[in-house]
Amino acid sequence: MSAFLATVRRDLLLALRRKSEVLTAVFFFVIVTSLFPLGIGPEPVLLKKIAPGILWVAALLATLLGLPRLFAADHGDGTLEQMALSPSPLGMLVAGKILAHWLLCGLPLVLLAPVLGLQFDLDPSALGILTLALLLGTPLLSLIGAIGAALTLGVRGGGVLLALLVLPLYIPALIFGAGAVEAHIAGLGAGGHLSLLAAMLALAVFFAPWATTAALRIALE
Amino acid sequence: MQWNSVGEFFAMGGYALYVWGSFGACAVLMIAEPFLARRRLSEVRKILARERLADELDLQQKNQ
Amino acid sequence: MRQSIVHWFKFASPQSFYPLAGRMIPWFWAAAAIFGVAGLWISFFVAPTDAQQGEGYRIIFVHVPASWMSMFIYLVMAFWAGLGLALNTRVSGMMAQALAPTGALMAALSLLTGALWGKPMWGAWWVWDARLTSELILFFLYLGFMALQAAIDDPRRADKAGAILALVGVVNIPIIYFSVKWWNTLHQGSTINLNKAPSMAQTMLWGMLLMALAFWMYSIAVALMRVRAIILERERHTEWVKHAVE
Repeated sequence: MSAFLATVRRDLLLALRRKSEVLTAVFFFVIVTSLFPLGIGPEPVLLKKIAPGILWVAALLATLLGLPRLFAADHGDGTLEQMALSPSPLGMLVAGKILAHWLLCGLPLVLLAPVLGLQFDLDPSALGILTLALLLGTPLLSLIGAIGAALTLGVRGGGVLLALLVLPLYIPALIFGAGAVEAHIAGLGAGGHLSLLAAMLALAVFFAPWATTAALRIALE
Repeated sequence: MQWNSVGEFFAMGGYALYVWGSFGACAVLMIAEPFLARRRLSEVRKILARERLADELDLQQKNQ
Repeated sequence: MRQSIVHWFKFASPQSFYPLAGRMIPWFWAAAAIFGVAGLWISFFVAPTDAQQGEGYRIIFVHVPASWMSMFIYLVMAFWAGLGLALNTRVSGMMAQALAPTGALMAALSLLTGALWGKPMWGAWWVWDARLTSELILFFLYLGFMALQAAIDDPRRADKAGAILALVGVVNIPIIYFSVKWWNTLHQGSTINLNKAPSMAQTMLWGMLLMALAFWMYSIAVALMRVRAIILERERHTEWVKHAVE
């Protein structure tokens, strides 16, 4: 457990030294969501209807931006090999890295989403559901994305390939995440969607670090 | 048998484009794929035959 | 027991699988041809005209087998990939790699025939129907698998990385299918369901089954052809390959 916390702390400290990388994803999220009204038109009814989908798709893409760097730096300077050889289980260290990635790339999106939701005229309760859905959904994105990042580690054209591998797997999160807000606006209640998101998150917490570790071991062979 | 003439068969009750388009696409792609697989095999074989020839020539030169 | 295990592992080596595959291919082609001719005969000359969709429904005889095969091949591919990962047999990974393009072709055919069916029946080439959408995502999964394997130069690493991706995909496919279905019912309510043709006649079912068998035999034959090419490509520096190719 201490190895897990130490990895989280180390990755956060490293990220603080290179703030621009974290900020890029956040700015990307803000800019993409702001582009949609410009492309579609300022009609409030329409914008309100498509807001959950837009915010979720933008969140998917913003998470994707940070993924190639998840293991690349540690792979480049040999830290990853040391981690694989260290006495503490690699799975724990990987889980720590994924948590750090979520804190850096996922959590800022969750915190920004209600502000961006205001651009689309969402009412306060819908904003609450949106934030809650993203809070459950973005860790899921980081966990699934980590598998893709490990598989494409050191591979030709890794970044584009990563998007191709990971985006289809993101679809359930997108459907239930955006669906929660839409169901709430339609007056159907978001409970079912949110509990399914939570169930998928639980499943991913269990399996994704394991699959990521297996993929990393293959990359290190 | 529900067709009275060859023309009626090919007209497919007005759905000719869709029915023949579907069956045609399947036929074209499912004939093309084995040919591509076969070409891949024969290309590897060609390379292998060339390498084998090169090996034999090497051996002959060494023996001389 | 012991004997049979040894027997099976014998064919797990590329050296003995290569000639075995070569001997099996003609049989599968023959089976594909027989089932195909019988299936086509039923599809066009025995199956009656549909009361609602007229002759247009005959697309079902290629659309449904292609969809079935696209899903089935993904499962078989993941099975071989997982076997390769667990037992470290070389042929398993090659089988998975050989199956992927055929699976992608089946998914593409399913989408293409689905669009050709949708246009006269729904009035649109593409409808975000749950089945069509899931099929599209399955096609993306195949593309991802092939792209990942193509991007990794070391074949052993490509096999293993592909295996993990295929297994992750298999876990995800039911979740994706379920979520797309949920999404579809939430947004569209009632769409005409392609595959539930009203009161499907017995002969239609037979036609579909025969065509599915033909597609199945075809897939095996093509995958075996491709696996032979892959075996030679990967093993070209071994002694047995030099003797195998005269």
